[in-house]
Amino acid sequence: MAIIFKPSPSLPPPVASVGAVAWVRQNLFSSPLNIFLTLFSLYLMYLLIPPIIEWGFINATWEGTSKAACTGGGACWAFIVVYFDQFMYGLYPEAETWRINLAVILLIVMVGAFAIKTINKLHLSLAIIFAYPVVAYFLFAGGIFGLEVVETSLWGGLFLTVLLGVIGIVASFPLGVVLALGRRSDMPIARSVCVVFIETIRAVPLITILFMASVMIPLFLPEGLNFNKLLRVLIGITLFSAAYMAEVVRGGLQAIPKGQYEAADAMGLTYWQSMVLVILPQALKLVIPGIVNSFIALFKDTTLVYIVGMFDFLGRIQAANHDANWLGTTVEGYAFAGFVYWAICFGMSRYSMALERKLETGHKRN
Amino acid sequence: MTDTNMARAQLAQGEEAIIEFNDVNKWYGDFHVLKNINFSIKKGERIVVCGPSGSGKSTMIRCINRLEEHQKGSILVDGVEMNNNLKNIEAIRKDVGMVFQHFNLFPHLTILENLTLAPIWVRKTPKKEAEEMAMHYLERVKIANQALKFPGQLSGGQQQRVAIARGLCMQPRIMLFDEPTSALDPEMIKEVLDVMVQLAEEGMTMVCVTHEMGFAKTVADRVVFMDAGEIVEANEPHEFFDNPQHDRTQMFLSQILNH
Repeated sequence: MAIIFKPSPSLPPPVASVGAVAWVRQNLFSSPLNIFLTLFSLYLMYLLIPPIIEWGFINATWEGTSKAACTGGGACWAFIVVYFDQFMYGLYPEAETWRINLAVILLIVMVGAFAIKTINKLHLSLAIIFAYPVVAYFLFAGGIFGLEVVETSLWGGLFLTVLLGVIGIVASFPLGVVLALGRRSDMPIARSVCVVFIETIRAVPLITILFMASVMIPLFLPEGLNFNKLLRVLIGITLFSAAYMAEVVRGGLQAIPKGQYEAADAMGLTYWQSMVLVILPQALKLVIPGIVNSFIALFKDTTLVYIVGMFDFLGRIQAANHDANWLGTTVEGYAFAGFVYWAICFGMSRYSMALERKLETGHKRN
Repeated sequence: MTDTNMARAQLAQGEEAIIEFNDVNKWYGDFHVLKNINFSIKKGERIVVCGPSGSGKSTMIRCINRLEEHQKGSILVDGVEMNNNLKNIEAIRKDVGMVFQHFNLFPHLTILENLTLAPIWVRKTPKKEAEEMAMHYLERVKIANQALKFPGQLSGGQQQRVAIARGLCMQPRIMLFDEPTSALDPEMIKEVLDVMVQLAEEGMTMVCVTHEMGFAKTVADRVVFMDAGEIVEANEPHEFFDNPQHDRTQMFLSQILNH
């Protein structure tokens, strides 16, 4: 009679390899170099953190109407408090800023509605992509339902920054995907057009493109035909970002094994079906870090619109630094700008990491 | 040969060819990979293609659904010539299922979604109906309980059985197998071959590139031996194995059978 093979039962791991003590030992004190680096970092933190807290909080001044009120020797946050509305909305009329707030709240509610199980996600997405921009546009610009018209030249501050960033991101992404597919296409004309576009745009600094958009294009357009500067700048930013996006997406397309293309072809899927259903979902998932990288870069690049006379968030802060009442508040202004940019970009980065985890299908998800 | 096999062979002789190769030539750059391939496969026939690596056997079956393009000669599948006409190619691909060496399941879709993708988008089958059919084929390959998992969570043998079920979901008239067991662990080869044998017994037209000579002996109507881009010999299995005509075939068989 054969001996019956019985697998031995699995045992829990040794205590020393799990838990807080083990984590500290593995990550902070695993080798002489590691011990040194840990102690050195602690020392640096000891040197840096207390003075920052002292400057930013303990000795800081939060109220006042000019730099003269800031006598504590710490940060002069009163400057930020006084100018806060302008940093957020630019020169948008104060009585009308509720329209911007309403649009933001509306967007948050709509995106938040994805969490509701009974809602039709397709309808919601379509509403956000097609209906929301129209509503938001009329809220911002006015001109219907008795809303006061607000010229785009008055739009500014963080509102303008986010507007440029979001529209740039939303518009450049699909364009970038199409360019990437075009560059890998078998059709010589489509391919050449895409290659020329991508290589030209990538070879030119964003500042040049913004100049073209704001100064040069009106010169070439026939008399009487002119369109909004904000729109021109937006088109410039979108085209610029799309060229970079295209190359990131192309990287993803190249990483998909040939077998995936062949399997999709062998089933009789058309080119667009195989791209949309099989290849792009995998390729885009693969390059989420690169895509978010581009988004973050684009978001920060929007500060360059000050070159063409538009005052975005950073532009507003710099302008306020020239206020005679608040001379010497440059550090506070930049610290605030840095914090806001960091918070937004860090948020994007965390969201992308969560998205990557959610889309992970390779391992067991019990 | 059993009675049913005899009956099938006679039936096959009366039928028209479903796949026809006429003087097919193909080059990769300067490399002449297929040389004057003349061959026809009848409806319901089960063909095993074997040969050393680089002999062009994979290229040949990949020409059948035009994953590879040939440069000279003609290939007719179901009476339709395979040329640059995209509409023809897409129409033929609907009716020709293919199983690959590396499975090529779509890793971002569940097993069930892998199976229903083509029926829903290519055949325009309603989703519910496509899912019922998918579950039916998953049960046939004995893997229905894994329907909601992702391919990455399955073993190689299970993935290959899913790939076969995926091909069957399009209810094809022809199934192509390109070395379906070459990437599998020995213990998993049998579970895949069992599914293929079952399929063969149901009368599916099958073209298999494989090194599984046991499979060739039991199910093939004809075995095709290729070397250096040519068909060296094609014969019924007992003739092919017991009485090979060509010395190249004899050498090949002695290499793979005596180890």
